[in-house]
Amino acid sequence: MKLLRLAPENTKFPFMRFRRVSYPFSAVLSLIAVALFVFKGMNFGIDFAGGTVIELRAKSGAAEVGTLRTLGEGLQLGDIEVQAFGNPADATLRFGLQPGGDVAQQAAVERVRGAVGGYYDLRRVEVVGPRVSNELVQSGTLGVVLSIIAVLTYLWFRFEWQFAIGAVIATMHDLLLTVGFFSITQLEFNTTSIAAILTIVGYSLNETVVVLDRIRENMRKYKKLPTAQMVDMSINAVLPRTIMTATTVMLALFALVAFGGQVIRSFSVAMIWGIFVATYSSIFICSPMLIYLGLRNEDADKAAQKHETERKADAAVSAREDVAEAPLSAPPKSAEKASAPSRKASGKRAKTRPA
Amino acid sequence: MLRFSTWKFLAIVAMTVAAVLVVAPSMLSPSHYEELKSRLPAWLTPPTIVLGLDLQGGSHVTLEVDQADLISTQVKNLRDDVRRILREEKVAISGGIGTTTRGVQVRVADPADREKVLPKLRQLRNSFSGALMGGPSPLDVEASPDGLIRVTVTDAGITDKSRKAVEQSIEVIRRRVDALGTREPSIQRQGDDRVLVQVPGLQDPETLKEILGKTAKLEFRLVADPGQNPSEVEELDQVEQEGKLGVEKQVMVKGEDLTDAQPGFDQQRSGEPVVNFRFNIRGAQAFGEVTSKNVGRLFAIILDNKIISAPRILTPITGGSGQISGRFTVEQANNLAILLRAGALPAKLNIVEERTVGPGLGQDSIDAGKRAAYVGAGLVVVYMLVTYGVFGVFANLALFVHIAFIFAGLVLLGSTLTLPGIAGIVLTIGMAVDSNVLIYERIREENHAGRSILASLDAGFTRAFATIVDSNVTMFVAAAILYFLGSGPVRGFAVSLALGILTTIVTAVTMTRMMIAVWYHYARPTKLPI
Repeated sequence: MKLLRLAPENTKFPFMRFRRVSYPFSAVLSLIAVALFVFKGMNFGIDFAGGTVIELRAKSGAAEVGTLRTLGEGLQLGDIEVQAFGNPADATLRFGLQPGGDVAQQAAVERVRGAVGGYYDLRRVEVVGPRVSNELVQSGTLGVVLSIIAVLTYLWFRFEWQFAIGAVIATMHDLLLTVGFFSITQLEFNTTSIAAILTIVGYSLNETVVVLDRIRENMRKYKKLPTAQMVDMSINAVLPRTIMTATTVMLALFALVAFGGQVIRSFSVAMIWGIFVATYSSIFICSPMLIYLGLRNEDADKAAQKHETERKADAAVSAREDVAEAPLSAPPKSAEKASAPSRKASGKRAKTRPA
Repeated sequence: MLRFSTWKFLAIVAMTVAAVLVVAPSMLSPSHYEELKSRLPAWLTPPTIVLGLDLQGGSHVTLEVDQADLISTQVKNLRDDVRRILREEKVAISGGIGTTTRGVQVRVADPADREKVLPKLRQLRNSFSGALMGGPSPLDVEASPDGLIRVTVTDAGITDKSRKAVEQSIEVIRRRVDALGTREPSIQRQGDDRVLVQVPGLQDPETLKEILGKTAKLEFRLVADPGQNPSEVEELDQVEQEGKLGVEKQVMVKGEDLTDAQPGFDQQRSGEPVVNFRFNIRGAQAFGEVTSKNVGRLFAIILDNKIISAPRILTPITGGSGQISGRFTVEQANNLAILLRAGALPAKLNIVEERTVGPGLGQDSIDAGKRAAYVGAGLVVVYMLVTYGVFGVFANLALFVHIAFIFAGLVLLGSTLTLPGIAGIVLTIGMAVDSNVLIYERIREENHAGRSILASLDAGFTRAFATIVDSNVTMFVAAAILYFLGSGPVRGFAVSLALGILTTIVTAVTMTRMMIAVWYHYARPTKLPI
């Protein structure tokens, strides 16, 4: 059976050469994102801004947005936003915090119910008071900050410091661009968006770790190679996997966007953007950072000491390879036989050479 | 690679079977589930997945103790206490008892008098918060040399009171919500001053809010006579009529002396809906006594500081029962009866957050989530198949078990499945195969580098494992933090994501490895099929 290969085999893209393009490019994008955040702002949902969302379904089967708007404005609830979506019978009403504290919010809902209740079913009512929304902002911010700190601490223990810094910068980059994305699309930003952001942070680091893992491995294997070349080689090696995984996750996300319904659409759309950015940054932002931070292959020896466990795993592979070869496998082809020992030998040399 | 211990094999098979068995009841239709339940012994009621309010419809209401109201009640009580002490000690004050925002102040000119009352005032601390041993004092008592004594409720005192108010409220709210006859409401405290009420499957969320938002403090007081001392009289709003009515400050009988309240209709006159109530012995006695002495006067029935009605006392009411009328609708009479039976809330509670989803929308969300999950899983399965062939089959089998594990985890943890939770599962479907992809790509690479098939397989699994752990730990940390900081639906997402990450390690790594080992043993391939 001919299998599908999305990613070309044995690529030798000189990714590191792009760093002179990708860095300014990303820097500009990040600045734009910050500017958008400051000047255009986010479309904060009621979770963070406080206020009320009411989802209506017309009893007649056809929601009249225009009529709803006039009705809503007549109630004097401040800025009232009326939107139709999906089903022609459905519409949402959204208005901000009413002056007068928590009691006033409930009174406002009552007025809307009184005005439209005859023609529409209230399918969903969400009211978030001023204090709760403030707390949600706090816990949301805290969540993003804490998770970044926690993950970085982990990376710092597992990898060299250059790796951790590279990962921070890549993650910050993804975070900024995602915020910029929310601002430019004016996608509603609510608690599920925080979930999206944290998932993007998780995915971005996931991507970064896969690339870094390979770089670390190759650092030890190919000590003579210039760093840039070694990094390129590592990225090319994991490229098929990167493309595969991004594709499967995208497939799942597209299904969510298309079929998952209104409530999680902004989550899914943000995630798609995040996967895209995370994949980009793990290759073009994090890895070049290692070069800028002066990672050299001599550091590999320290790395080797630091990661004794992995050496053992490596050694175990080689050892088992020797044993397994003889009794179990079918008679090996001559080509395999010829190439295997030479590679094994070189691998061992690299590992046993003293620091 | 090939040596897979029997017990490991059996353990994985057993886990898979167990997971499927745990999940199966949740997949049944309600009628089939009932049938299954009736055939099993009582101790073996199969647990099912708990759906979040966003999926099954229902109300999520957060109530918060009204701090201003709580403080003013405390200050009022404090003032009464101080007045009592001064009277008992026969201490003269200059200028009356003044109130500050957080307490009261009196001027006691005579130093000897001051010495007499100060210890008594300090003792108020004990009665104020019961046995609050060791903690910070709920009351501050300060005396300045010029004779001014200040008694202030401290922050600790307020926190303590609102915590107690929340505790008592939970009981009252439970009685009220139970009266609505809904299934499995959840009423929990949240922090020091909040109560979270979650009621699934409610057809009419308005009634819930109606009965949650009322303090339901019922009082019977006499309407003041024109010539009465103004310090004994209080002007209160009337529900039925415009304008205020002066009533005596002294309370004849309080709502806590009611033993029962039922909605009914006024038999004698209009036939309008009323609430019939019955006093306990203490209430009946007090009410009988006051009505005997005040025949001909008006008395006021006061709910939450508003006068519902003010009927005339025609004859002494000694039977211990009565009727409240106030031009109610049937529904209002019903709700009032529920409130009176459940008792008053110890403090005013405000709704600070409300999320209500109607049952129709919940079902729509379930359908949408299912559709997205099927389509997402279908796409991923096909993609894995066309990319990895027979290895793709293994990955897909592992994916199936992975999903079963997630659902089994949700059932066993009793965690709720929310719409974002479904999104999390769909997302982990995409990510679960990441581990397989990492392994397979590594195997290919090792094979291209010249290793034998068996050696490539072995190296692929061993080398990719470290990467899989590293990359999943980061994701897991993000999910864990989301769980601890998030609420409601977002929490559901965190749980699905975390479960998904944990189960990948078992399914994508161990199970796939097992399947490949078995496949290798029988197929004896001469060429790597990927």
